[in-house]
Amino acid sequence: MPRWTLALSLASATFLSAFGPAAANELRFASQGDLVSLDPYAVEEVFTSGFLGNVYEGLVRRAPDLTIEPALAERWENVSPTQWRFHLRKGVTFHDGSPFTADDVIFSAERVRSGASDFKNRLPAGIEVVKVDDFTVDFVTKEPNPILNFTWANWYIMSKSWAEANKVAPPTKGGDTENFATLHENGTGPYKVDKREPGIRTTLEAFPQWWGNADKKGNVDKVTYTPVPNPATRVAGLLSAQLDVVFPIPVQDIKRLEAAPNVGVIAGPEVRTMYLSMNQWKDMLPGSGLEGVNPLKDRRVREAIYRAIDINAIRDRIMRGQATPSALMVAPGVNGFTDTIKRYEYDPAKAKALLAEAGYPDGFSMTYQCSNDMYVNDEATCLAISSMLAKVGVTAKPNIQPRAKYLESVTAPSMDFGLAILGTTPASLDSHIALNSLHMCPRTAADRPLWNKDDLSKIVAGKSNFGGYCNPEIDKLADAILKETDTAKRNELITQAWTITTNDVAYIPLHQTWAAWGIAKSAKVERRADNVFDWRHVTLGK
Amino acid sequence: MFTTPLRKLRIRIAAHPLLYRFLASPITMLATFLGAAMILAAFLAPFLAPQDPFDPAALDLLNSLLPPSWQEGGDAGYLLGTDDQGRDLFSAILYGTRTSLIVGGVSVSIAVLIGLFLGLIAGYFGGLLDAVIMRIVDIQMTFPSIMVALLIDGVSRGILPAEQHDRLAIFVIIFALSLSIWPQVARTVRASTMVQRQRDYVLAAQVIGIPSPLILVRHILPNVLGPILVIATINLGVAILGEATLSFLGVGIPASEPSLGTLIRIGNGFLFSGERWLIIFPGMTLALMVLSVNLVGDWLRQELDPKLR
Repeated sequence: MPRWTLALSLASATFLSAFGPAAANELRFASQGDLVSLDPYAVEEVFTSGFLGNVYEGLVRRAPDLTIEPALAERWENVSPTQWRFHLRKGVTFHDGSPFTADDVIFSAERVRSGASDFKNRLPAGIEVVKVDDFTVDFVTKEPNPILNFTWANWYIMSKSWAEANKVAPPTKGGDTENFATLHENGTGPYKVDKREPGIRTTLEAFPQWWGNADKKGNVDKVTYTPVPNPATRVAGLLSAQLDVVFPIPVQDIKRLEAAPNVGVIAGPEVRTMYLSMNQWKDMLPGSGLEGVNPLKDRRVREAIYRAIDINAIRDRIMRGQATPSALMVAPGVNGFTDTIKRYEYDPAKAKALLAEAGYPDGFSMTYQCSNDMYVNDEATCLAISSMLAKVGVTAKPNIQPRAKYLESVTAPSMDFGLAILGTTPASLDSHIALNSLHMCPRTAADRPLWNKDDLSKIVAGKSNFGGYCNPEIDKLADAILKETDTAKRNELITQAWTITTNDVAYIPLHQTWAAWGIAKSAKVERRADNVFDWRHVTLGK
Repeated sequence: MFTTPLRKLRIRIAAHPLLYRFLASPITMLATFLGAAMILAAFLAPFLAPQDPFDPAALDLLNSLLPPSWQEGGDAGYLLGTDDQGRDLFSAILYGTRTSLIVGGVSVSIAVLIGLFLGLIAGYFGGLLDAVIMRIVDIQMTFPSIMVALLIDGVSRGILPAEQHDRLAIFVIIFALSLSIWPQVARTVRASTMVQRQRDYVLAAQVIGIPSPLILVRHILPNVLGPILVIATINLGVAILGEATLSFLGVGIPASEPSLGTLIRIGNGFLFSGERWLIIFPGMTLALMVLSVNLVGDWLRQELDPKLR
């Protein structure tokens, strides 16, 4: 039985007993799914890595306004365009009491590139990590890389001695097989895990020896996280003061919460872009029953699907205005975003004509994978798109599944979808990573068309490109963008790349949904646009 | 003397005790009428419903979340309003009731068939066969039916590919529900059979050499049908509720082909936001349906059980 059904029935049946009374300055919060693993390299997913950012720390971190600030590295400088020198903070201890030194950085740099780590792209190929002394580390790249540390805010540093003493194995994809780090942590962060009950609750307490305690702004001593998959149950928990912070809030409940006396809502666009991935990779389109042809390989068919979707109706009806339709695969605020590129207009007649031109006057059918607990109103959006596609003759019957099952169907090696609804947040807040992981040809070698699970460790580009979009021109541009140090020229290259992918209809960008967090009036929270919840900035009142 | 057709009818009714008592109980009559009307409406759904809720091309997002037609902002074309996909709620309830009734009816029928067969042979032959069957029944009865259903659903999700599971979801539910109902039937049938087995007419049939299968079907079966009718009716309500519960938990009928439970699950997401018609109407339909089935079942039990009369 899937774990979530149990969690769901438990959550609704034993709701009152699920949340105990609050201790002194205890932050009680709930979201829809549980964190996948405590291993910080197991899976790159906003909620999991954002949660772990309170337990582990990187060399750098992001402030509430998303600017980069020093964390485990006090400062850094470029000795030469290809050599970065990081000066580590002294007097930092891990939760087990051992001191933090350069050896831990070297170890973390090795482990993050080992096994099936989901964070391999944090350190570009060919980079050398050199220990200068106990508190200085050099990163030597092959090519100049102006955004080297942009993605390091969630590349967390693990303890070498702890990992070796407990025989922590290299990470596996999605935490498939467990190792010691799956259920245990040893970070340097402001909170340490007190008790972890997967799928039920996780409790944490403030780490008294944290180096930043002197100027910590918040006052949270204890944190209890409860996954509550049912949105109505989450909202009820907030209204009855059993929870302090709850996200996401269903868009239809915002009005009601705003009217309630003891809670408030913070809403704003996220940097996550929702999109549809189209399988242009497999020679046979899953669920189509067509032998040896994949209609989605045809650009005209992809444009037809794009034009069949009425994004404004989705914004107004499903999202109740709480979404910003997007023409690009990155959001405003991400470096390289441009408003010169426009969406293909909604035009069902043109969509039908394009399908006929491509040889599918009566449409076709395909597998359509959707989740129901990952994104704001994902299930409703999914069903709405299905009915819009039906109007131009494309049968995409949604297969709606909870997170774990859904990801298993969509990601490698199964990639069992014709159409799949997904979201992407570029960790570096720069266009390059979106180009790298979603648009570069996902190959392990030039002659290998498809990668499978065993190849995962060799994949460097296109790691999330499950639709298999591939255009050699984009590969060249992405490499050029990585090396270009002149900002104006670099942005021009990025615009060029986005123009090509839009012309190719590589993906169908949908919108940036607005994230709404429900917050008890007694708590003060700073919501980050990347939806990471940083407990350091939470102040609880009486 | 002076006999009108009406009096004739009265006399005939009076001669038939069950029908007489039925007409003497207005609540049962009302329940039967309500239940029959709902069943009729559900099975005539393709003719009565203004919209085919299973056809995604018929839905228009611009008509989503319309209130019931008598409320401000309602549309006369959508009697009970629409859901978040622009689906006509009245049509969805008609089709959803049909799905619920089919699932409930078929699973109870299967359970009755299994239960009758195993109960008859267990009660008639006794011995080892009886012991084995009854231990299986005992084991089965220790599991709450909802757990059995969740277990079967989980296993089927594990072994079937996703799309196939969606297509087979309705059969999985029927299988799960009948599996959780048959032990009750088997137990009752066994008990009744054991009583009948000792009766003179059965002994006589045995003496003149009628083969056992024939005795079971011709002589014992008609005499154990009464309690079965009661159990089947009451379990119909249980099965309909079971399907609704499973669909509410999201493990039943997929959202694109709503049953009553699925509709209630969708409506549940709008509890706080004011679109209350999304949960009230499907919920009321389910409650009324189960209530009328249970009232009829209860009445049948009272009438057919000599101890209660």
